[in-house]
Amino acid sequence: MAFASIFVPNFILQAVVRAEPELRECALALTDGNPPLCKVVTMDEKAARAGIQPGMTKANAEQFTGIAIRVRSQAEEKTAHAALLDIGWSISPRIEDTAEDAIALDVAGLSYLFESEEEIGAELARRARGCGLTVRTAIAANVETALVAARGFPGITVIPAGQEAKYLSELPVEVLSPSEEIAETLKRWGVRTCGAFAELPVLQLSERLGQEGVRLHALARGESARSLSIAEPGLMFEEGMELEDAVEELDPLSFLLGRLLDQLCARLTARVLAAGTIHVRFELQTSAENAIDARKSVFFEKHAPGLYETQLQLPIPTRDSKMLLKLLRLRLQFHSPAAPVQKILLTAEAARPRATQNGLFLPSFPDPEKLEITIARITNVVGEGNVGAPSLVDTHRPGTFRVERFAAPVRTKRGGKKAAVQERPREFFKISTSFRAFRPAISAKLEMEAGIPISVVFHGACGHVLAASGPWRTSGDWWQEDFWNQEEWDLQIQFPLIERHNAAFANSLPSDGLYVFYYDTLRRSWFTRGIYD
Amino acid sequence: MSSKATALRLQVESALASRVASPFEYRDRKIFETAPTGIPALDQLTGGLPRGSLTEIYGPPCSGRTSVLISALASRTAESEVCALVDARDAFDPHSAEAAGVKLQQLLWVRCRNIDQALRVTDLLIQGGGFGLIALDLSDTATKTVRGVPLNVWFRFRRAVENTPTIFILVGQESNAKTCASLVLRLRAEKARWSQTAEEGDVEGATLPHSPGILLDGWKGRAEMVRARAKDPEWMRQNVYVMKARKDEADFETEAIRNHMQEFQLRALDLQAGIRKKSRGGAGTR
Repeated sequence: MAFASIFVPNFILQAVVRAEPELRECALALTDGNPPLCKVVTMDEKAARAGIQPGMTKANAEQFTGIAIRVRSQAEEKTAHAALLDIGWSISPRIEDTAEDAIALDVAGLSYLFESEEEIGAELARRARGCGLTVRTAIAANVETALVAARGFPGITVIPAGQEAKYLSELPVEVLSPSEEIAETLKRWGVRTCGAFAELPVLQLSERLGQEGVRLHALARGESARSLSIAEPGLMFEEGMELEDAVEELDPLSFLLGRLLDQLCARLTARVLAAGTIHVRFELQTSAENAIDARKSVFFEKHAPGLYETQLQLPIPTRDSKMLLKLLRLRLQFHSPAAPVQKILLTAEAARPRATQNGLFLPSFPDPEKLEITIARITNVVGEGNVGAPSLVDTHRPGTFRVERFAAPVRTKRGGKKAAVQERPREFFKISTSFRAFRPAISAKLEMEAGIPISVVFHGACGHVLAASGPWRTSGDWWQEDFWNQEEWDLQIQFPLIERHNAAFANSLPSDGLYVFYYDTLRRSWFTRGIYD
Repeated sequence: MSSKATALRLQVESALASRVASPFEYRDRKIFETAPTGIPALDQLTGGLPRGSLTEIYGPPCSGRTSVLISALASRTAESEVCALVDARDAFDPHSAEAAGVKLQQLLWVRCRNIDQALRVTDLLIQGGGFGLIALDLSDTATKTVRGVPLNVWFRFRRAVENTPTIFILVGQESNAKTCASLVLRLRAEKARWSQTAEEGDVEGATLPHSPGILLDGWKGRAEMVRARAKDPEWMRQNVYVMKARKDEADFETEAIRNHMQEFQLRALDLQAGIRKKSRGGAGTR
């Protein structure tokens, strides 16, 4: 046995049910088309028993009680097909994207992992259930037989080599997917089953039905042999959902996002991958724009959907759907969509999951996933750009720095010769005079004598200068618009007691303070940059 | 006597059985694991910063609070620990921190606008866990505002870091955590040190004998250990002579970091002074 096939019966219905699993419990019918010509295109068994038929208008279908009616969704069909491909890639690296509702796999060599072909088929069905699809699987010696058997037989089918014709003989000719003309011809001839079709002489068949008839004849006999047309695995995973009624509140939106993330993570798990980045895209419901088409003199409403886009950049690839949902909720709380959400699309960029083994004697370290959630919560409190790791910028402009995204540093083993050379021993660290910055810099007035500051006034307090170091001149970026030119002074200032109590400063002024003042030659003003502490 | 003591003990235990379990059982004093501050004088005074408890450092501006905090951050990041700094008034200077040895990529800096944000963020960080050191810097927050923080907030923080390896440091202008802190240090500045490149002597105490080469070299500070519950008995036995001699105080000195323009201009001034010496054969001033 070399090939397996997975077939999704009633694919377009299953695509919708995959997005709303609770619909499995009730009778369901799908409609398609533009209103008022919306018609039923397919239904499940319960709806069929209730009397729903294909081609029935939506208005007629709504007359039946207990029938859930949904609109056919191209987006959900696309994601369901992608999920089907992922199921195949989770078992075998060689798969063929045969049709929207069927794929074929090369399962040669899997006997080392599975005891029997039935087990392979059962595993495929189990993984498909995990991705929200109910499938039929078939395993045969050639691709075409496997595809036909998967379409024709329910459940798991294993066709031993050499018995293809015997197994396929019971199936109706429709499973061979003949053209309308050939199907009509076969119907007139009274050929109903593959077995009857296989008994027809091939020479005469070719004269009447052409090469297509010969091909179908070989299919019916299980003799068609061809190689797989291998599909390339992608690294982008998409899950989407179109909503009939736009969602405005965060809680119901979170419920839907959680479901989509579960499906996304199930597909990633099947491929042994994790999400490195999640792109979120909402199509928003906006107010209808009325427009008149002058050519046709028809008044129609033109809906122009707004868009909301954001992305979650994860420090470590993960496939924990609960954690992703928490991060997404925090992001939406901080930056919520401007209008109700009509359509959701989540795209995950896949990456290899990172496997780390923590040592017993390494220092304490925040859990990367918990840390990401904590940082997201902190961002909601203090705002974007106010939390992260500080980073110096390669410039001489005073006070320039960046706040970068905080990422858990790669843990390195301490000790060893290499570590001793790279890290400075603790005893060589000196106690440096640290600086506290005033952001923004506080405007000041300085009185100068012979070019040296002798008194300062800032924040309503007047102080005497005890010692001064400067001026230390610096300038730069003269070729740009935002160039700077400053003269900096280190001043030791004494504030009289009465000034300290009267000062508008938020804090008590020190009896002696070591401040940094600078004169901005462009703005021709003095400022206080900060204080040594 | 021993039988009487035993009988008395049994009587007391039975009387207290419903209220106190094992009233005569000796309870070992909790010994905190400590980490160095990076300042040898302070480490000798305090034994280091206790893990799993609250340390409070307070003092007026220019008393060295930030220098002690930055030194502690440098010490922890050098040991590959991840640290967090909750900056209530956005006063942290990355340049001086990096010059002091702090590994900035291991520091999570949260820039807050007010004390409410700072307290909420601190709560989130402590609950998140895994940090070697969490510092809450309220140095520039008005004392009136900080006094308004209920004591149970500090108590809750202390309980949250208990039994974890996290060092929690609270920096402010006055003591607010009170008994919630296991270690309380009061800092005050002693005097600034100035020097200059030419042979004009130390200008300390003089009224602006300014020269182009005068530089701030640093200052001396004094730290007083107001409260220390974290020391283990063995440490106390070994260091009792230090405590007696210094009365729970320690002096430390800081060294100013030269920025690039000071270094450059100093070298230029030294060069000019050298040239003038050669040409005139004596000291010269500008």
